[in-house]
Amino acid sequence: MIEINNIAKSFDNHKIIEDISTTFDKGKTNLIIGQSGSGKTVLMKCMLGLLDIDEGEIYFDDEKFNKKNISKLANLRKQMGMVFQGSALFDSMSVLDNIIFPLRMFSNKSNTEMIERTKEVIRRVDLKDVDNKFPSELSGGMRKRVAIARAIVLNPKYLFCDEPNSGLDPKTAIIIDKLIKEITIEYNITTIINTHDMNSVMEIGDKIIFLVEGRKIWEGNNKEILNTDDKLINDFVYSSELFKKVKLYQKNKN
Amino acid sequence: MRLFFHIGRYFLMIKSTFTKFTKWSVLQKLIFQEIDDLIIGSIWIVAFMSFLVGGVVAIQTALNIESPFLPGNLIGFATRQSVILEFAPTLISIIMAGKVGSFITSSIGTMRVTEQIDALEVMGINSLNYLIFPKIISLMLYPFLITLAMFLGILGGYIASVYAGFSTSFDFIQGIQLDFKVFHVVYAYIKTTLFAFILATIPSYHGFFMKGGALEVGKASNVSFVWTSIVIIIINFVITQLLLA
Ligand SMILES: Nc1ncnc2c1ncn2[C@@H]1O[C@H](COP(=O)(O)OP(=O)(O)O)[C@@H](O)[C@H]1O
Ligand SMILES: [Mg+2]
Repeated sequence: MIEINNIAKSFDNHKIIEDISTTFDKGKTNLIIGQSGSGKTVLMKCMLGLLDIDEGEIYFDDEKFNKKNISKLANLRKQMGMVFQGSALFDSMSVLDNIIFPLRMFSNKSNTEMIERTKEVIRRVDLKDVDNKFPSELSGGMRKRVAIARAIVLNPKYLFCDEPNSGLDPKTAIIIDKLIKEITIEYNITTIINTHDMNSVMEIGDKIIFLVEGRKIWEGNNKEILNTDDKLINDFVYSSELFKKVKLYQKNKN
Repeated sequence: MRLFFHIGRYFLMIKSTFTKFTKWSVLQKLIFQEIDDLIIGSIWIVAFMSFLVGGVVAIQTALNIESPFLPGNLIGFATRQSVILEFAPTLISIIMAGKVGSFITSSIGTMRVTEQIDALEVMGINSLNYLIFPKIISLMLYPFLITLAMFLGILGGYIASVYAGFSTSFDFIQGIQLDFKVFHVVYAYIKTTLFAFILATIPSYHGFFMKGGALEVGKASNVSFVWTSIVIIIINFVITQLLLA
């Protein structure tokens, strides 16, 4: 579980994130949704400590996140995995080297054990025959899988995904969403996902917080989001014709 | 002022580079990789440039001082002095600011814009140590490159002047040995070592702190080249004042 209280963050005196509080549950896929530029990435980077927050507190399973305490931070970092928007694979390394990288850095396993564990997660994300390929030789969907594999190789307690299906075709996008969801349940991870994709919201939105211009204006789950009267949410949810039709269909049914 | 902000942040970067070390087995591999990219990868261009410029220096000296009253060993002497004191350490370093410097800026800059540096940080790795320390260490081999430049520069001068008939082999070699001061070589290597540090760190700074996308990576490489060259020239001036004046 991750709890955030009254988080605020400014750049050059310009408030990007303001007064956000919520909790993200274990074993669930927690979504942060909102338009591009609404502050999803900034909020996530604040939680990861990649950006310093101006106000507020962050708790990882009741342990307060404190960037100053270097050894505690290092410990916590080993329990975090992150899938970046552009995958952020290391260009200069093969797929196998990318995925084994966190193990090489932090585990005391023997080389054979490390390779075994790496192959295990490669299988888990349904990749085949890619060990010696380089990131530039992979499709977008495969890169995402490699990024997920690298993020989970150390068995993290917390998994962060920044728009994991951006740039993917709709079918691959759903497959990646489902993969993240399965992994979340299987390893009982607290997973946080940034997205603006309504398909993901419906598919994996166990818990959703909705950001508008850096403020949380709604929270709930993927059933509640279809039935709220909030205008801003409706604008977001029903921006696509498909969802408008779904709503009409539901109305007619009732 | 902006400049002071950059200078301050540069020194903080250097300080952080030497804290929270990456696992030694990993660093070792990175260092070998950097030696390959930065040092071995530069041997040919350095060899080629030094040999030819050494030749040009000798010919220019010969053409400009042709006078029966000047001793024949002057060409060898002048070539040795210009190659060891300025050409090899300073001019080659400015060429390297273009070659190695822009390589460093663009490779670190690309890692920044594609969030690879964030990925390192999230894993709990000190990205400054991981990225910059191996570059500094591998560039400590830079004096070998400059030694090669000195040797080939003088050899180029010898071949050019002897085969073009400006000097006899005997005169040229006597010129090389004339009034040889060990301190001049020491001075050249002190400069070289400082330049090596500059070549590793200023381009890294420009890559590490860049913002934007692919276009900005190109711009950062340009700016990095300009600043690396300027700093090399300023340091050259200061060191020369301190040690030789
Ligand atoms: N490092 C930064 N410096 C200044 N402004 C930033 C920085 N990072 C993000 N922003 C601004 O913060 C706002 C939110 O950005 P972001 O969190 O990336 O949005 P998104 O919801 O699309 O992920 C944007 O207006 C962006 O320009
Ligand atoms: Mg974003």
